[in-house]
Amino acid sequence: MEIRGKSWRFGSDVDTDAIIPARYLNTSDPAELAAHCMEGAVPSFPSGFKTGDIFVAGKNFGCGSSREHAPIAIKAAGVSCVIAGTFARIFYRNAFNIGLPIFESVEAAEDILEGDELAVAADTGVITNLTTGKTYASAPVPPFMQEIIAAGGLINYVANKFK
Amino acid sequence: MPMTITEKILAAHAGKDQVVPGELINAKIDLALGNDITAPVAIREFNKIGAEDIFDRERIALVPDHFTPNKDIQSAEQAKIIRNFACKHKIVNYFDVGRMGIEHCLLPEQGLVGPGDLVIGADSHTCTYGALGAFSTGMGSTDIAAAMALGETWLKVPESIKFVFEGELKPWVSGKDLILRIIGDIGVDGALYRAMEFTGSTIENLSIDGRFTMCNMAIEAGAKNGIIPPDEITRAYVERRCRRPFKFYHSDPDAKYAQVYRYDATEIEPQVAFPHMPENSRPVSEAGYVEIDQSVIGSCTNGRIEDLRVAAKVLKGKQVHKNVRLIILPGTQDIYLQALKEGLIEVFIKAGAAVSTPTCGPCLGGHMGILASGERCIATTNRNFVGRMGHLESEIYLSNPAVAAASSIRGRIVGPWEVE
Repeated sequence: MEIRGKSWRFGSDVDTDAIIPARYLNTSDPAELAAHCMEGAVPSFPSGFKTGDIFVAGKNFGCGSSREHAPIAIKAAGVSCVIAGTFARIFYRNAFNIGLPIFESVEAAEDILEGDELAVAADTGVITNLTTGKTYASAPVPPFMQEIIAAGGLINYVANKFK
Repeated sequence: MPMTITEKILAAHAGKDQVVPGELINAKIDLALGNDITAPVAIREFNKIGAEDIFDRERIALVPDHFTPNKDIQSAEQAKIIRNFACKHKIVNYFDVGRMGIEHCLLPEQGLVGPGDLVIGADSHTCTYGALGAFSTGMGSTDIAAAMALGETWLKVPESIKFVFEGELKPWVSGKDLILRIIGDIGVDGALYRAMEFTGSTIENLSIDGRFTMCNMAIEAGAKNGIIPPDEITRAYVERRCRRPFKFYHSDPDAKYAQVYRYDATEIEPQVAFPHMPENSRPVSEAGYVEIDQSVIGSCTNGRIEDLRVAAKVLKGKQVHKNVRLIILPGTQDIYLQALKEGLIEVFIKAGAAVSTPTCGPCLGGHMGILASGERCIATTNRNFVGRMGHLESEIYLSNPAVAAASSIRGRIVGPWEVE
């Protein structure tokens, strides 16, 4: 599967309070969470964003709390995938578990500019910047996590064990 | 092959003789934890799995502590989901308001976590229990849902970084200052995906409460877990509490570490982390002139009895500055009661502080002390991200309880020696 979209840039150490402030955590409804996605971030949610566009950030994206509401808000807001130099550990797990595609590439995170058109091959993790023509390999996903993706998320993976 | 304490605990729970960093394992869990923010999502996901029941009704802990006592209707609905689930599945360790405390103060106190345990929680500060020589780490709700059904979880064995502290601490210096200093040195992703092991003579002499504070903030350096070798201080704490048999693990002398940092603890001053990252720490003597509007003493980082004793020592016979709101939140009902017996609560109230029932409350901008635009707060909590405690244009400074108490008296950030 290929993901295509325009890039929206964020800096390093974007924390989960920036992605979804805690005052909105008295609900777990994805649509409500999406309405406040990146409300605590600087810059906040981009006004020109179109469904399917891509977030690109520096290092340690999603640091801070374990709130799964963060990747849920991003996914429900229509973000097709997140590319970052590195991801915070809990965010990384959460994104796979709920089915938000994420890709780690220090080089891509450094190079890609806001507004660049991107194509990402979800199976191989190869990122192509269609604006510049440059390609980037993203960090390989462990085989076990590929199984989770193939099952459609952790819950489906576990549910298969109970069938 | 030599192993670290973290590797030994993971190997034991994976049924293996040894594990190596990078290895993926399936590990049995001793306890899974959820709170009023994360458990409702975990319960929703658990119900999709199709499991007949939870894996063990004694090994799941549900602690509604973030927005409780319920701050609004939506929070009440969230709390109700947990209450109903706990009732349906006869969950033994469900703690409602009145018996509830801040989860990471409560679970060790209630003897639900012990040395050698493997604990996962849908809360990033689950890493706190490393203070007892346990492996514990935070995860998301879906991971906890899977663990509630299976009684196990998958983990990647982390590399370990060792932090060695030698020497006696200066007056007013605590575990909070050691961990803020580390984060200042290595950054908020300085231990990303790794285990942080704290050792040395300073740590051997550090109180159990100081150890909880250090391991609690391992996540603020991006770590998977923080851990301290168990010893007689650990034994004294767990012996009369722990409900299950526990086991002490120790790193082999020739265990491999990705990095080793050494500190002369005698030189470390009380630290203050400036906005908006815990890594922006500096000695309080270099804080400059920073006026504050609020001071918060509490949280899973510094809401324990030793923290309250230190705060009371500073506040005794003094008055909180007229421009400052001082809010003190004991971590659990037992801590609250102990503080009452020792006369600490009286000291706080006479000084002009507000004392709250246990809750995470203001730490995450939930309730009980939200900041307006332009306001500044010094807090013994763990994160000073933009907007964490309220308005996007408010500021949080992190410190130990002595500095937070002294600053509330002076109206600006000062060391406790300034108000003696």
